[in-house]
Amino acid sequence: MKRVLGEAEHLVRLAVVAAVLVLIFFAIRRAVVPAGFGKYGHYRSASLDDIRARPISFAGHEACEACHDGIVKVKVAGKHAHINCEACHGPAAKHADDPFNNHALKPDPATLCVRCHEADAAKPKNFPQVISREHYGPACGDCHNPHHPNGV
Amino acid sequence: MELNRRELLSGVGKFIILSGSARAALESARGAPAVDSQYRMAEHWWGMTIDVSKCIGCGNCVRACAAENGVPKGYFRTWVERYHVSGADLEHPRVDSPDGGINGFPPRQAGGKNFFVPKLCNHCVDSPCVQSCPVGATYDSPDGVVLVDEKYCVGCRYCVQACPYGCRYLHPTKHTADKCTLCYHRITKGLTTACCEACPTGARQLADLKNPNDPVHEFLRSDNVQILKPYMATRAKVYYKDLDGAVR
Repeated sequence: MKRVLGEAEHLVRLAVVAAVLVLIFFAIRRAVVPAGFGKYGHYRSASLDDIRARPISFAGHEACEACHDGIVKVKVAGKHAHINCEACHGPAAKHADDPFNNHALKPDPATLCVRCHEADAAKPKNFPQVISREHYGPACGDCHNPHHPNGV
Repeated sequence: MELNRRELLSGVGKFIILSGSARAALESARGAPAVDSQYRMAEHWWGMTIDVSKCIGCGNCVRACAAENGVPKGYFRTWVERYHVSGADLEHPRVDSPDGGINGFPPRQAGGKNFFVPKLCNHCVDSPCVQSCPVGATYDSPDGVVLVDEKYCVGCRYCVQACPYGCRYLHPTKHTADKCTLCYHRITKGLTTACCEACPTGARQLADLKNPNDPVHEFLRSDNVQILKPYMATRAKVYYKDLDGAVR
Protein backbone atom coordinates (compact mmCIF):
# COMPACT_ATOMS: atom_id res chain seq x y z
CA MET A 1 0.00 0.00 0.00
CA LYS A 2 2.84 2.27 0.91
CA ARG A 3 4.33 1.73 -2.52
CA VAL A 4 1.07 2.56 -4.34
CA LEU A 5 0.22 5.72 -2.48
CA GLY A 6 3.77 6.82 -1.84
CA GLU A 7 4.00 10.36 -0.49
CA ALA A 8 0.18 10.79 -0.30
CA GLU A 9 -0.38 8.14 2.38
CA HIS A 10 -0.91 10.62 5.25
CA LEU A 11 -3.53 12.47 3.18
CA VAL A 12 -5.43 9.28 2.50
CA ARG A 13 -5.46 8.41 6.21
CA LEU A 14 -6.80 11.88 6.97
CA ALA A 15 -9.49 11.51 4.29
CA VAL A 16 -10.57 8.16 5.73
CA VAL A 17 -10.82 9.60 9.25
CA ALA A 18 -12.83 12.58 7.90
CA ALA A 19 -15.18 10.25 6.01
CA VAL A 20 -15.75 8.16 9.15
CA LEU A 21 -16.54 11.31 11.16
CA VAL A 22 -19.06 12.43 8.54
CA LEU A 23 -20.69 8.99 8.60
CA ILE A 24 -20.88 9.08 12.41
CA PHE A 25 -22.50 12.54 12.19
CA PHE A 26 -25.20 11.32 9.82
CA ALA A 27 -25.79 8.17 11.88
CA ILE A 28 -26.26 10.19 15.09
CA ARG A 29 -28.46 12.68 13.26
CA ARG A 30 -30.61 9.84 11.97
CA ALA A 31 -30.95 8.38 15.45
CA VAL A 32 -31.72 11.63 17.21
CA VAL A 33 -33.94 13.58 14.79
CA PRO A 34 -37.47 12.13 14.81
CA ALA A 35 -39.07 10.85 11.61
CA GLY A 36 -40.90 13.57 9.68
CA PHE A 37 -38.99 16.46 11.23
CA GLY A 38 -38.65 18.99 8.41
CA LYS A 39 -41.33 17.39 6.23
CA TYR A 40 -43.53 20.51 6.42
CA GLY A 41 -41.23 22.81 8.35
CA HIS A 42 -39.02 23.00 11.41
CA TYR A 43 -41.19 20.62 13.45
CA ARG A 44 -42.22 16.99 13.85
CA SER A 45 -44.89 16.25 11.24
CA ALA A 46 -46.40 13.44 13.36
CA SER A 47 -47.38 16.10 15.91
CA LEU A 48 -50.22 17.09 13.55
CA ASP A 49 -51.57 13.54 13.75
CA ASP A 50 -51.18 13.48 17.55
CA ILE A 51 -53.32 16.61 17.82
CA ARG A 52 -55.87 15.36 15.30
CA ALA A 53 -56.25 12.11 17.22
CA ARG A 54 -57.59 13.85 20.36
CA PRO A 55 -61.18 12.90 21.21
CA ILE A 56 -64.08 15.30 20.69
CA SER A 57 -66.64 16.10 23.39
CA PHE A 58 -69.10 18.25 21.40
CA ALA A 59 -70.89 16.07 18.87
CA GLY A 60 -72.07 18.95 16.66
CA HIS A 61 -75.68 19.91 15.99
CA GLU A 62 -75.97 17.66 12.93
CA ALA A 63 -75.45 14.60 15.14
CA CYS A 64 -78.25 15.78 17.47
CA GLU A 65 -80.63 16.60 14.64
CA ALA A 66 -80.25 13.11 13.15
CA CYS A 67 -82.37 11.67 16.01
CA HIS A 68 -84.20 14.59 17.68
CA ASP A 69 -86.12 15.74 14.61
CA GLY A 70 -89.27 16.51 16.61
CA ILE A 71 -87.47 19.13 18.71
CA VAL A 72 -85.75 20.53 15.63
CA LYS A 73 -89.17 21.21 14.08
CA VAL A 74 -90.26 23.17 17.16
CA LYS A 75 -86.95 25.00 17.41
CA VAL A 76 -86.65 26.20 13.80
CA ALA A 77 -89.98 28.02 14.10
CA GLY A 78 -88.86 30.02 17.15
CA LYS A 79 -86.35 32.70 18.06
CA HIS A 80 -83.82 30.11 19.21
CA ALA A 81 -83.67 28.51 15.75
CA HIS A 82 -80.02 29.39 15.21
CA ILE A 83 -78.79 28.16 18.63
CA ASN A 84 -77.02 24.81 18.53
CA CYS A 85 -78.27 22.12 20.90
CA GLU A 86 -75.04 21.82 22.84
CA ALA A 87 -74.99 25.56 23.62
CA CYS A 88 -77.51 24.76 26.39
CA HIS A 89 -77.30 20.98 26.76
CA GLY A 90 -73.52 20.88 27.06
CA PRO A 91 -71.04 18.55 25.37
CA ALA A 92 -72.92 15.48 24.13
CA ALA A 93 -70.47 13.40 22.09
CA LYS A 94 -70.72 10.56 24.66
CA HIS A 95 -74.49 10.71 24.42
CA ALA A 96 -74.30 10.61 20.63
CA ASP A 97 -72.03 7.56 20.75
CA ASP A 98 -74.13 5.66 23.28
CA PRO A 99 -77.50 7.42 23.66
CA PHE A 100 -79.00 5.01 26.22
CA ASN A 101 -76.21 4.87 28.73
CA ASN A 102 -75.03 8.48 28.55
CA HIS A 103 -77.49 11.29 28.84
CA ALA A 104 -77.09 14.86 27.68
CA LEU A 105 -77.51 17.59 30.26
CA LYS A 106 -81.06 18.71 30.99
CA PRO A 107 -80.41 22.29 32.07
CA ASP A 108 -82.42 24.11 34.70
CA PRO A 109 -84.16 27.10 33.03
CA ALA A 110 -83.81 29.09 36.27
CA THR A 111 -80.04 29.31 35.83
CA LEU A 112 -79.79 28.72 32.09
CA CYS A 113 -81.89 31.57 30.72
CA VAL A 114 -80.37 34.40 32.76
CA ARG A 115 -76.92 33.40 31.56
CA CYS A 116 -77.80 35.06 28.25
CA HIS A 117 -80.82 37.22 29.04
CA GLU A 118 -79.88 38.97 32.31
CA ALA A 119 -79.70 42.69 31.53
CA ASP A 120 -76.22 44.14 31.13
CA ALA A 121 -75.16 47.47 29.69
CA ALA A 122 -72.51 45.73 27.62
CA LYS A 123 -75.00 43.53 25.78
CA PRO A 124 -76.17 44.60 22.33
CA LYS A 125 -79.15 46.98 22.61
CA ASN A 126 -81.36 44.85 20.36
CA PHE A 127 -80.77 41.70 22.39
CA PRO A 128 -83.79 40.73 24.58
CA GLN A 129 -82.83 41.27 28.22
CA VAL A 130 -84.62 41.14 31.57
CA ILE A 131 -83.72 42.12 35.10
CA SER A 132 -84.57 38.72 36.56
CA ARG A 133 -85.47 39.88 40.08
CA GLU A 134 -87.96 42.38 38.64
CA HIS A 135 -89.35 39.80 36.20
CA TYR A 136 -92.13 37.37 37.09
CA GLY A 137 -90.05 34.78 38.84
CA PRO A 138 -87.04 32.55 38.67
CA ALA A 139 -88.81 29.61 36.98
CA CYS A 140 -88.61 30.83 33.36
CA GLY A 141 -89.80 27.45 32.14
CA ASP A 142 -93.25 28.01 33.70
CA CYS A 143 -94.10 30.54 30.99
CA HIS A 144 -91.43 30.15 28.30
CA ASN A 145 -90.55 27.07 26.28
CA PRO A 146 -86.78 27.23 25.82
CA HIS A 147 -87.05 25.47 22.45
CA HIS A 148 -89.64 27.97 21.22
CA PRO A 149 -89.41 30.98 23.55
CA ASN A 150 -91.58 33.46 21.61
CA GLY A 151 -94.62 31.26 22.08
CA VAL A 152 -95.41 32.47 25.61
CA MET B 1 -9.94 -11.05 22.80
CA GLU B 2 -7.31 -8.75 21.42
CA LEU B 3 -8.72 -5.73 19.65
CA ASN B 4 -6.62 -3.46 17.49
CA ARG B 5 -7.46 0.11 16.62
CA ARG B 6 -8.77 -0.77 13.17
CA GLU B 7 -11.21 -3.37 14.51
CA LEU B 8 -12.40 -1.08 17.27
CA LEU B 9 -13.09 1.85 14.93
CA SER B 10 -14.87 -0.25 12.33
CA GLY B 11 -16.91 -1.97 15.06
CA VAL B 12 -18.06 1.32 16.57
CA GLY B 13 -18.92 2.66 13.11
CA LYS B 14 -20.99 -0.42 12.25
CA PHE B 15 -22.81 -0.28 15.58
CA ILE B 16 -23.78 3.38 15.13
CA ILE B 17 -24.98 2.90 11.57
CA LEU B 18 -26.93 -0.28 12.36
CA SER B 19 -28.59 1.08 15.52
CA GLY B 20 -29.55 4.30 13.70
CA SER B 21 -31.17 2.51 10.79
CA ALA B 22 -32.85 0.01 13.13
CA ARG B 23 -34.46 2.86 15.03
CA ALA B 24 -35.61 4.55 11.82
CA ALA B 25 -37.05 1.25 10.58
CA LEU B 26 -38.90 0.76 13.88
CA GLU B 27 -40.37 4.25 13.70
CA SER B 28 -41.64 3.82 10.16
CA ALA B 29 -43.09 0.40 11.03
CA ARG B 30 -44.98 1.80 14.01
CA GLY B 31 -46.43 4.47 11.73
CA ALA B 32 -48.56 7.51 12.51
CA PRO B 33 -51.71 7.30 14.68
CA ALA B 34 -54.78 6.31 12.70
CA VAL B 35 -56.56 9.45 11.54
CA ASP B 36 -58.99 10.20 8.77
CA SER B 37 -57.05 10.60 5.54
CA GLN B 38 -59.91 12.37 3.73
CA TYR B 39 -58.68 15.70 5.00
CA ARG B 40 -56.32 17.60 2.67
CA MET B 41 -54.24 20.21 4.44
CA ALA B 42 -53.43 22.06 1.23
CA GLU B 43 -57.12 22.84 0.64
CA HIS B 44 -57.68 24.79 3.87
CA TRP B 45 -56.50 28.01 5.47
CA TRP B 46 -58.17 28.45 8.83
CA GLY B 47 -59.13 31.60 10.68
CA MET B 48 -62.09 32.99 12.58
CA THR B 49 -64.50 35.87 12.33
CA ILE B 50 -65.91 37.58 15.42
CA ASP B 51 -68.84 39.97 15.31
CA VAL B 52 -68.33 42.08 18.45
CA SER B 53 -71.82 43.54 18.19
CA LYS B 54 -73.35 40.06 18.59
CA CYS B 55 -71.43 38.99 21.71
CA ILE B 56 -73.61 38.88 24.83
CA GLY B 57 -70.89 37.79 27.27
CA CYS B 58 -72.62 34.55 28.28
CA GLY B 59 -69.32 32.69 28.60
CA ASN B 60 -70.55 29.68 26.61
CA CYS B 61 -67.39 29.72 24.47
CA VAL B 62 -65.11 29.69 27.51
CA ARG B 63 -66.98 26.77 29.09
CA ALA B 64 -67.15 24.87 25.81
CA CYS B 65 -63.43 25.31 25.23
CA ALA B 66 -62.62 24.07 28.73
CA ALA B 67 -64.87 21.02 28.28
CA GLU B 68 -63.56 20.18 24.83
CA ASN B 69 -59.89 20.67 25.49
CA GLY B 70 -59.52 19.94 29.20
CA VAL B 71 -58.23 23.45 29.88
CA PRO B 72 -57.07 23.57 33.53
CA LYS B 73 -59.00 25.78 35.94
CA GLY B 74 -57.75 29.36 35.97
CA TYR B 75 -56.18 29.07 32.48
CA PHE B 76 -57.86 30.06 29.24
CA ARG B 77 -57.50 29.24 25.58
CA THR B 78 -60.34 31.64 24.92
CA TRP B 79 -61.87 34.23 27.19
CA VAL B 80 -64.27 37.17 27.08
CA GLU B 81 -63.43 40.73 28.14
CA ARG B 82 -65.97 43.38 29.08
CA TYR B 83 -64.95 46.90 28.10
CA HIS B 84 -66.16 50.13 29.61
CA VAL B 85 -65.06 53.33 27.89
CA SER B 86 -66.15 56.53 29.59
CA GLY B 87 -66.48 59.77 27.66
CA ALA B 88 -63.78 60.33 25.10
CA ASP B 89 -61.05 58.58 27.11
CA LEU B 90 -60.22 55.90 24.56
CA GLU B 91 -56.78 55.48 26.05
CA HIS B 92 -57.94 54.13 29.40
CA PRO B 93 -60.78 51.66 28.97
CA ARG B 94 -61.85 49.74 32.08
CA VAL B 95 -61.69 46.05 31.31
CA ASP B 96 -62.95 43.19 33.45
CA SER B 97 -62.97 39.47 32.77
CA PRO B 98 -63.82 37.58 35.98
CA ASP B 99 -62.42 34.04 35.53
CA GLY B 100 -62.22 34.73 31.81
CA GLY B 101 -66.00 35.13 31.75
CA ILE B 102 -66.45 31.38 32.32
CA ASN B 103 -69.38 32.06 34.67
CA GLY B 104 -70.66 35.09 32.78
CA PHE B 105 -70.40 38.60 34.15
CA PRO B 106 -71.98 40.35 37.14
CA PRO B 107 -74.59 42.73 35.69
CA ARG B 108 -73.48 46.27 35.04
CA GLN B 109 -75.72 49.24 34.45
CA ALA B 110 -73.49 52.12 33.54
CA GLY B 111 -73.11 55.01 31.15
CA GLY B 112 -70.44 55.32 28.50
CA LYS B 113 -69.65 52.64 25.99
CA ASN B 114 -69.92 49.04 27.14
CA PHE B 115 -69.29 45.95 25.08
CA PHE B 116 -67.84 42.42 25.17
CA VAL B 117 -64.81 41.24 23.22
CA PRO B 118 -64.12 37.50 22.93
CA LYS B 119 -60.46 36.64 22.55
CA LEU B 120 -58.45 33.62 21.51
CA CYS B 121 -55.25 32.77 19.66
CA ASN B 122 -55.16 34.85 16.49
CA HIS B 123 -53.42 32.11 14.49
CA CYS B 124 -51.10 34.70 12.99
CA VAL B 125 -49.44 34.14 9.65
CA ASP B 126 -46.22 35.70 10.99
CA SER B 127 -46.49 34.35 14.52
CA PRO B 128 -44.05 35.78 17.07
CA CYS B 129 -44.46 32.62 19.17
CA VAL B 130 -43.34 30.33 16.35
CA GLN B 131 -40.36 32.53 15.59
CA SER B 132 -39.22 32.46 19.22
CA CYS B 133 -39.46 28.70 19.82
CA PRO B 134 -35.91 27.35 20.13
CA VAL B 135 -36.74 23.66 19.65
CA GLY B 136 -39.31 23.53 16.85
CA ALA B 137 -42.13 22.62 19.24
CA THR B 138 -44.54 25.32 18.13
CA TYR B 139 -45.25 25.74 14.47
CA ASP B 140 -47.61 26.99 11.77
CA SER B 141 -49.39 24.00 10.27
CA PRO B 142 -49.69 23.90 6.45
CA ASP B 143 -53.40 24.81 6.87
CA GLY B 144 -52.69 27.94 8.88
CA VAL B 145 -53.12 26.84 12.51
CA VAL B 146 -50.51 27.59 15.17
CA LEU B 147 -49.96 24.40 17.18
CA VAL B 148 -47.73 23.06 19.95
CA ASP B 149 -45.96 19.70 19.88
CA GLU B 150 -46.29 18.60 23.52
CA LYS B 151 -43.64 15.91 23.10
CA TYR B 152 -41.08 18.44 21.88
CA CYS B 153 -41.83 21.46 24.06
CA VAL B 154 -39.23 21.99 26.77
CA GLY B 155 -41.34 24.53 28.66
CA CYS B 156 -38.97 27.47 28.30
CA ARG B 157 -41.89 29.97 28.06
CA TYR B 158 -40.27 32.04 25.27
CA CYS B 159 -43.49 31.75 23.26
CA VAL B 160 -45.62 32.79 26.25
CA GLN B 161 -43.60 35.98 26.44
CA ALA B 162 -43.53 36.50 22.69
CA CYS B 163 -47.30 36.39 22.11
CA PRO B 164 -48.54 39.98 21.96
CA TYR B 165 -52.10 38.82 22.66
CA GLY B 166 -51.45 36.84 25.86
CA CYS B 167 -52.93 33.70 24.34
CA ARG B 168 -50.45 31.17 25.72
CA TYR B 169 -49.77 29.68 29.12
CA LEU B 170 -47.58 27.01 30.61
CA HIS B 171 -49.75 24.00 31.44
CA PRO B 172 -49.56 23.53 35.22
CA THR B 173 -49.18 19.74 35.14
CA LYS B 174 -47.73 18.98 31.70
CA HIS B 175 -45.23 21.86 32.01
CA THR B 176 -45.44 22.51 28.29
CA ALA B 177 -46.79 25.53 26.44
CA ASP B 178 -50.51 25.27 25.78
CA LYS B 179 -52.89 27.30 23.66
CA CYS B 180 -55.92 27.32 21.38
CA THR B 181 -55.56 24.71 18.62
CA LEU B 182 -58.58 26.13 16.78
CA CYS B 183 -59.98 22.69 17.73
CA TYR B 184 -57.69 21.14 15.13
CA HIS B 185 -59.02 17.69 16.10
CA ARG B 186 -62.53 18.89 15.20
CA ILE B 187 -62.02 21.05 12.11
CA THR B 188 -60.03 18.30 10.40
CA LYS B 189 -63.11 16.06 10.85
CA GLY B 190 -65.46 18.59 9.25
CA LEU B 191 -66.84 19.90 12.56
CA THR B 192 -66.64 23.49 13.73
CA THR B 193 -64.73 24.53 16.86
CA ALA B 194 -66.26 23.91 20.29
CA CYS B 195 -66.57 27.67 20.95
CA CYS B 196 -68.37 28.28 17.65
CA GLU B 197 -70.64 25.27 18.25
CA ALA B 198 -71.62 26.65 21.66
CA CYS B 199 -71.94 30.35 20.76
CA PRO B 200 -75.69 31.11 20.96
CA THR B 201 -75.64 34.29 18.86
CA GLY B 202 -73.24 33.24 16.11
CA ALA B 203 -70.80 35.98 17.10
CA ARG B 204 -67.95 33.55 16.37
CA GLN B 205 -67.63 31.74 13.08
CA LEU B 206 -64.88 29.41 12.00
CA ALA B 207 -63.54 30.59 8.64
CA ASP B 208 -61.80 28.65 5.89
CA LEU B 209 -60.13 31.28 3.73
CA LYS B 210 -59.33 28.77 0.98
CA ASN B 211 -62.97 27.74 0.59
CA PRO B 212 -64.47 30.07 -2.03
CA ASN B 213 -67.98 29.48 -0.65
CA ASP B 214 -67.12 30.42 2.93
CA PRO B 215 -69.04 33.51 4.18
CA VAL B 216 -65.72 34.91 5.42
CA HIS B 217 -65.06 36.38 1.96
CA GLU B 218 -68.27 38.41 2.02
CA PHE B 219 -67.48 39.36 5.63
CA LEU B 220 -64.05 40.69 4.67
CA ARG B 221 -65.37 42.44 1.55
CA SER B 222 -68.29 44.33 2.97
CA ASP B 223 -67.97 44.68 6.77
CA ASN B 224 -65.90 46.94 8.98
CA VAL B 225 -63.17 44.49 9.84
CA GLN B 226 -60.17 44.94 12.08
CA ILE B 227 -57.55 42.64 13.59
CA LEU B 228 -56.05 43.06 17.05
CA LYS B 229 -52.76 45.01 17.29
CA PRO B 230 -52.21 45.38 13.54
CA TYR B 231 -49.07 47.41 14.33
CA MET B 232 -47.42 44.20 15.57
CA ALA B 233 -47.40 42.99 11.93
CA THR B 234 -48.45 39.50 12.98
CA ARG B 235 -50.99 39.15 10.15
CA ALA B 236 -53.56 37.75 12.57
CA LYS B 237 -56.36 35.62 11.08
CA VAL B 238 -59.02 36.32 13.73
CA TYR B 239 -61.07 39.08 12.12
CA TYR B 240 -63.20 41.34 14.31
CA LYS B 241 -66.24 43.13 12.96
CA ASP B 242 -67.12 46.55 14.45
CA LEU B 243 -64.21 46.52 16.87
CA ASP B 244 -63.95 49.66 19.01
CA GLY B 245 -60.70 51.61 18.90
CA ALA B 246 -60.27 51.22 22.65
CA VAL B 247 -59.72 47.46 22.41
CA ARG B 248 -56.14 46.35 23.01
